[in-house]
Amino acid sequence: MSNDASPRHFLRHAGLVICINTLIAACLVVSDAGKTFLSQFIYAQSIGLVTWALIDFGRFAIQRDPDSGWPKGWRAIALPAFGVTVGNIVGSVIGDLLTGLDRMSVLHHHSTREMLGHLLYFGTIGGVVAYFFWATGRAKHFAEVIATTRREAAETQLMLLQSQLEPHMLFNTLANLRALISADPNRAQEMLDHLIAFLRSTLSASRTVQHPLSTEFERTADYLALMKIRMGERLATDLDLPGDLAGAMVPTLLLQPLVENAIKHGLEPHIAGGRISVHARRDGRHLVIDVRDTGVGLDAAASAQGTQFGLEQVRKRLSTRHGDLATLTLSAATDAAGGTLASVRLPLETP
Amino acid sequence: MNATALIAEDEPLLAASLQAELRGQWPELAVAGIAPNGPAAVAMALEHRPDVLFLDVRMPGRTGIEAAQELAEEWPEGTPLPLIVFVTAYDEYALRAFDLAAVDYVLKPVRADRLALTCTRLKEGLAKRRGGASDTLDQLRQLLGGAVPAASTRLTVIQASAGNAIHMVRVDDVIYFEAADKYVRLVTAEREHLIRTSLRELLPQLDTQRFWQVHRGTVVRADAIATATRDESGKLTLSLRGHTDKLPVSRLYSHLFKGM
Repeated sequence: MSNDASPRHFLRHAGLVICINTLIAACLVVSDAGKTFLSQFIYAQSIGLVTWALIDFGRFAIQRDPDSGWPKGWRAIALPAFGVTVGNIVGSVIGDLLTGLDRMSVLHHHSTREMLGHLLYFGTIGGVVAYFFWATGRAKHFAEVIATTRREAAETQLMLLQSQLEPHMLFNTLANLRALISADPNRAQEMLDHLIAFLRSTLSASRTVQHPLSTEFERTADYLALMKIRMGERLATDLDLPGDLAGAMVPTLLLQPLVENAIKHGLEPHIAGGRISVHARRDGRHLVIDVRDTGVGLDAAASAQGTQFGLEQVRKRLSTRHGDLATLTLSAATDAAGGTLASVRLPLETP
Repeated sequence: MNATALIAEDEPLLAASLQAELRGQWPELAVAGIAPNGPAAVAMALEHRPDVLFLDVRMPGRTGIEAAQELAEEWPEGTPLPLIVFVTAYDEYALRAFDLAAVDYVLKPVRADRLALTCTRLKEGLAKRRGGASDTLDQLRQLLGGAVPAASTRLTVIQASAGNAIHMVRVDDVIYFEAADKYVRLVTAEREHLIRTSLRELLPQLDTQRFWQVHRGTVVRADAIATATRDESGKLTLSLRGHTDKLPVSRLYSHLFKGM
């Protein structure tokens, strides 16, 4: 818990305990007219505060469950029980000292039954109060967890969007579109269609979690079509999706960051340009997708910033869905053409 | 005599569109060619010696800024440098640097009214230049001066691997650094090392008060310079303390050596 051990936390709890103690004292005066309010108040406060302090500070000496800030298992019961028992005895002694009464010795003259009754009575009160604190602590903790998770999810979504909608790419694409409008209106229209599809998929990717591989390939094709118009002769592409894998479900925008990396860090800096190929294949019960470029290679690209975020995102989303069953590897291509190979491997899921 | 221009832009459509746009705004300007990447931009500019150079900032092989720097150093003595206009789609960092250095730039997509302003400025610049003055060098100096943000960490020791040993070279022992392809040569009084990094990445981690860049590919420790000698053509050469190498100073950095 974030503010579990802060002074503010203890002050707030102490204040609550004092209020509850006062309430108990008032109840006792009403039910047992033989005692003055002051003496009941002093006993209630000393028993209550000692009990609370033993439990609230005692928590930190015992291995705690991170979800509630309380001890785990049987200790969760043992700690309040111990606190209530010792709190009663120590609290009564302190009460005796403060009021000049002699409740402890009075207690000795009582029968065992009365003693047990007394303990049960205060034990119930202590238990209820302890349970109240435990429950509120847990609720508060989970509220914090939810808030943090939400914030992180929103941040990730924003960063994903930012990495997808890189301004440089967007403005360059628009500049090309503007040039095409007068030079070749038909191609301009075609380019605009690709841009619209690309933008739509980018913006909606944060809302859908999975879609068919054929859709993912279409989006990849949109992006590559835009890049082809921009890079002209310098970019060759080939996409290969076997028919029986078209329906396989994959996380949305799975390939987008990989293809973008291949272009931005592999082919764009390469004076001669090159080829990017995206191939899907079945490997037993796995689906494997290779994104291969013939660009400048990993060494040259490694110094470039910005590769990591996209890859990190892909890894994160794969492991959220498939744990250790899915992998993403990035390696130098081994044949003469050179360049980089990004390979995604995930369990084959057909609807 | 009509002005000539060269366009360096890796995206064919944008290059063609800028050329068409220029034809409309400034019909007398003869575009000598379109360079599709950084190295080609340098080579073509040296070959055609245009009056005006439109340089895309992000190009394969060399950035527009690197190409400008290389040109300034390779440009033949006695001929004025071209006026440079940078072209960029979106690059906050570059834009700030351009503003500081007062170089002209246009944003992609290039708008007619904005390009008209650039053409007017270029014509004025060329008219002034016919009289002999050239601001291009000053602008580039400022651009490059502003282009090296100081890194938060200063290097004191450089680890140079050789075979299976790693030499710990004290930065204070380095007489000069020289860019060599993908490596940087570290020259000390006793020996030299190669490290796998670029001079551009190394520069921000050096104390610029003590290490001076004197050429696109050379950074020298200032207190290791013994003399700077100027030959009859105006070229500066440095002799060093503790080493027999002579280092040429490029035009961009000759202002560092003024004498007192």
